[in-house]
Amino acid sequence: MAHAWEMAQDPSVVVLGQDVGANGGVFRATAGLQERFGAERVQDTPLAEAAIAGAAVGMAAQGLKPVAEIQFMGFIYPALDQIVNHMSRMRSRTRGRLSCPVVIRTPHGGGIHAPEHHSESTETMLCHIPGLRVLSPSSPARAYGLLLAAIRDPDPVIFLEPARLYRAVRQEVNDDGRALPLDVCFVLREGSDVTIVTWGAMTADVLKAAVDLDAHGISAEVIDLATLSPIDAGTILDSVAKTGRLVIVHEAARNLGLGAEIAAIVAEHGLYDLEAPIQRVTGYDTVMPLFKLERDYIPSVRRIVDAVQLTLAA
Amino acid sequence: MKTVAEFRIVHECLLDRHGKALGELPPFAHDRDEMLRMYRMMTLVRAFDAKAVNLQRTGQLGTYASCLGHEATHVGVGAALAAEDVLAPVYREYGTQLCGVTMREILLYWGGDERGNDFAGPRGDFAWCVPIATQTLHAAGAAMAFKIRGEARCALSYVGDGGTSEGAFYEALNLAGAKALPVVFVVVNNGWAISVPVAAQTAAKTLAQKAIAAGIPSVQVDGNDVIAVRHVVAEALAEARAGRGPRLIEALTYRLSDHTTADDATRYRSSTEVAQAWSLEPLVRLRAFLVGAGFWNAESEQQLLEECARQVDAAVAEYLSTARPATDAMFDHLFATPPRHIREQRETARAYANQPGGH
Repeated sequence: MAHAWEMAQDPSVVVLGQDVGANGGVFRATAGLQERFGAERVQDTPLAEAAIAGAAVGMAAQGLKPVAEIQFMGFIYPALDQIVNHMSRMRSRTRGRLSCPVVIRTPHGGGIHAPEHHSESTETMLCHIPGLRVLSPSSPARAYGLLLAAIRDPDPVIFLEPARLYRAVRQEVNDDGRALPLDVCFVLREGSDVTIVTWGAMTADVLKAAVDLDAHGISAEVIDLATLSPIDAGTILDSVAKTGRLVIVHEAARNLGLGAEIAAIVAEHGLYDLEAPIQRVTGYDTVMPLFKLERDYIPSVRRIVDAVQLTLAA
Repeated sequence: MKTVAEFRIVHECLLDRHGKALGELPPFAHDRDEMLRMYRMMTLVRAFDAKAVNLQRTGQLGTYASCLGHEATHVGVGAALAAEDVLAPVYREYGTQLCGVTMREILLYWGGDERGNDFAGPRGDFAWCVPIATQTLHAAGAAMAFKIRGEARCALSYVGDGGTSEGAFYEALNLAGAKALPVVFVVVNNGWAISVPVAAQTAAKTLAQKAIAAGIPSVQVDGNDVIAVRHVVAEALAEARAGRGPRLIEALTYRLSDHTTADDATRYRSSTEVAQAWSLEPLVRLRAFLVGAGFWNAESEQQLLEECARQVDAAVAEYLSTARPATDAMFDHLFATPPRHIREQRETARAYANQPGGH
């Protein structure tokens, strides 16, 4: 919907990727676009991720706004050379003469019984790259508003679409062309005892945990990070100043996960607001297992509730 | 101006679509046992494949990549490989692998269990490779190892038609050519990379010609003709084994199934095209040849189908009765020796898994 809205408004928006044309994308995210906008503006590419990212750089530097799909996050790595060495720094190294208004969309995370290399969460690798904006929506409505914002943004955006959301969540979305703001997080639930920061597919589990905690008289504030890089530190620090406790929940592995950056920000700027050590609930520092064990890997509601109770016991 | 180089690509086909020999056949084609071994394998793989799709449809298997239509290519390659050679598969070449890999392992893998990658044999073969064309470089590397150690062994890498668009594929060819490595690349051109037909994938008339730029001799073969496939692959392996460098074979076949069970090819592919491809499928052709040669009859066919069904059912029963892997398994094999933080996280994960209700 967001693709179609913006393609109708802005003739410079083009879509490229594997199977995005007649097939409409393996998750149907580009369904109907080629029929409506033609095979020039919605192009199936050869099976080559470096080509997709590199061509997007070329198109963007010459005035188009490519929205490129990488079929799964596990296949983004051949494209990293283009993303890291060119896309992210084109504006900087040419002192603004050229730029890369590219959006790279890719499914993110597990929980859908997918084959090997289809379930990883490696957003921290991309968040580490200067010059990239990294987004992850937590609901269909947020996907619509954030994707519009991403396409309209003059710089490269990596748009991580939680695979669990594609089919599991149904939501009415107003197709009104209204973008959501970038670089801010969203307080989804106000609370007074603990702040829980999360993003993407984990948001639904955190909201469930918040309901469970409520039943135990614990009031959790839930923040959807939405823009993973750069982080909106202000909203998080304000919340921690109010609650005095912080739990960060992400599906990605723990070691150098984005939770570490958020914890560092709060340690630097909000240490005296904390009444207990920060807790992280994350995937483990091992390879994302095939689906028989994926539920043992992905943080569960129970683990989130336990971490909150640990901070409250401190 | 003068011509400084000229190239041509030949197409090899030894059996026509009705199973009639198109000239002299290689000696193995007259060997009843050899021919029946291949036919039995092709029939078994087809029975297994149908069962696996069915298991997925009934919720007993995850996403599965069918090999329907590829049986001649896969079995022909398997018959040409020597036991000491190393295979770098993609993820649907069961017909090559079933000489050592078990049906239970294939089902475990697509059933979401890494034990499926722990092949019973051959132990040195690479695991299935979902990231596209990356395995071509592993085969080149394996061939470098054989060359350095002076071993008369070959590596064989599969790659799909879509995979020939990846940078890794060209890098592997170039490396193999430059270093005259004992490696054979088999490009399985089944017409479709999910929804993208070969004509949209490349302007090249053949995929075999992609080897020319790397200085590698190549040939195109009818991938539905198991005799031709085995013949050209055996020749290529013999050349590579003798130190005469790499070869590339493009096997022309057709993906009669969806890309995987998660795909719906009716969205992008005409039923007329699929019907046409069925008229060229490999089992019918080989069966006609075997009957013509006096190697086979309706009774032996019926016995074989029953035997295949029994073997597949036994493998499925084994698969279905395999206990879920322990939570520990995701930590145990990360490093040779799990470091401290992995041991700690293993404890945490185990504690959660053991709670009533799990996780």
